[in-house]
Amino acid sequence: MLYDVYKEFPLIYRNRGSLVYLDNAASTQKPSIVIEALADFYFESYANVHRGIYKLAEKATALYEEAREKIAWFIGGRKEEVVFVRGTTEGINLLAYTLSSRLSAGDEIVISVMEHHSNFVPWQIVTSMRSLNLKVVDITEEGDLDWKDFENKITEKTKVVAITHLSNVLGTLNDIRKVVEIAHSVGAVVIVDGAQAVARLKVDVEELGCDFYTFSGHKMYGPMGIGVLWGRYELLEELPPWQGGGEMIEKVTVYNTSFRKPPHRFEAGTPNVAGAVALSKAVDFISSVGIDNIEAQEDELVSYILERFGELRWVSVVGSPKVRKGVVSFTVDGVHPHDVATILGNDGIAIRAGHHCAQPLMDRLSLSATSRISLGCYNTKDEIDMFFKSLENVRKVFA
Amino acid sequence: MIDSLYRDLIIDHYKFPRNFRRIESATVVKEGDNPLCGDKITLYLKVENGKVVDVSFEGSGCAISQASTSLLTETVKGKQVEEIKCIVGEFLAMLTEGKQPSVDLGKLLALEGVKNYPMRVKCATLGWHTLEQALKEIG
Ligand SMILES: Cc1ncc(COP(=O)(O)O)c(C=O)c1O
Repeated sequence: MLYDVYKEFPLIYRNRGSLVYLDNAASTQKPSIVIEALADFYFESYANVHRGIYKLAEKATALYEEAREKIAWFIGGRKEEVVFVRGTTEGINLLAYTLSSRLSAGDEIVISVMEHHSNFVPWQIVTSMRSLNLKVVDITEEGDLDWKDFENKITEKTKVVAITHLSNVLGTLNDIRKVVEIAHSVGAVVIVDGAQAVARLKVDVEELGCDFYTFSGHKMYGPMGIGVLWGRYELLEELPPWQGGGEMIEKVTVYNTSFRKPPHRFEAGTPNVAGAVALSKAVDFISSVGIDNIEAQEDELVSYILERFGELRWVSVVGSPKVRKGVVSFTVDGVHPHDVATILGNDGIAIRAGHHCAQPLMDRLSLSATSRISLGCYNTKDEIDMFFKSLENVRKVFA
Repeated sequence: MIDSLYRDLIIDHYKFPRNFRRIESATVVKEGDNPLCGDKITLYLKVENGKVVDVSFEGSGCAISQASTSLLTETVKGKQVEEIKCIVGEFLAMLTEGKQPSVDLGKLLALEGVKNYPMRVKCATLGWHTLEQALKEIG
């Protein structure tokens, strides 16, 4: 167990005993190293990037580009393949708009029913704008991707497959290599929504074989407002710009502009430099703890949670995927998830209740909402015990 | 503290909602929902000569939304529309503005604890906002 990691998180450490934070899929808390990196940047290195020729601007630019390098290393990509964005949502929107501009009416985009709204809505928008077809792969009763359905939905017309690496509701870890194998057989590109995965297991984009991988800083112990879109360089190079403005241009005349090469082509305007620098510190943090250690600890806690839930006849766990990571959704017989979350919240247990930005999945499961536990590296077994103690209160109140 | 929210009366109305049925000959039928939480209700009112002679609801959702609507039906049944409008105003002001009610809200006071849970206020007010809309249609 990672005994002392929680001490690195001021908000967790200071509230230990009165706050049990189990809403890490929504956002993780921040370690000191990340909070200090934000402050340090503004105290010591602040200037705009890629513009000034003075020392301070050089320093800020160097930090920004070093952050890019660090993040590339973290996911096994190349520096020039890392585009800084606002988060997963922006990464997917960037791809939806730029990729679809190259498609023709009748071409197909394939996603799955377990996607977060951020991997649904952008595709709905661009498919209706450009007369493309959106196809949605079903899940099995256990909550795994339905591979038969997947193979059926993939055709010669499929150009893009966009799938989550790890479901924020079911905890399902999807076999991305298998997705890639099937998608590439018809020449489709594969986009992976890595929002829930990067802080939970080792991600190596080369090993996964996908074409694009996108994630948010705030769900991996980094700051809000910064995220990453990784793409294969050859593919990024073919994509048109998305937003236009400063930073992304080579030369601008009154009527024409030539664009820079990736990644800068996709970073119009002043970027979130402080965020990028602090995100690279989040990578340092994860590396120092060891992503494998985080994974092992979360796996152990997930097993414990499932075991404890198994003893409660009045609780149902949602889904039983082959491989589950860090996330467990559940329902309590006769009690609405919002009432569950309110009663737990009253005991200092922070869990999420609702549709988790996955309404199509809720419809598929015939549920209006679930309660959800999602783990972070600082969660401990005694916190899980506190959760279960509080869960008994839910039963008492509704007895 | 949690007991001030989930009073026995509320749990009782959640588990055994009163007037939980459809009125075929209703004067007004009004639906209300909180899309973010998935709370849903349908309110049926039968009005004769300015008086609510029958009222009922159907729905699903959290304890607060369903119990509040159940209590609503008990409260307004047999009352004049004008009097009901006054109660609705007082009830909503109690929860959203923390105002002391100037009329006796009776059993509805069991819902007063909701005002300490800002995220849950909209659950408690769902039925009442729906009633407001329904009353507007009667004119
Ligand atoms: C699986 C998944 N994808 C995408 C997102 C969207 O992330 P963001 O809001 O940081 O853009 C989330 C966040 O809840 C998520 O869980």
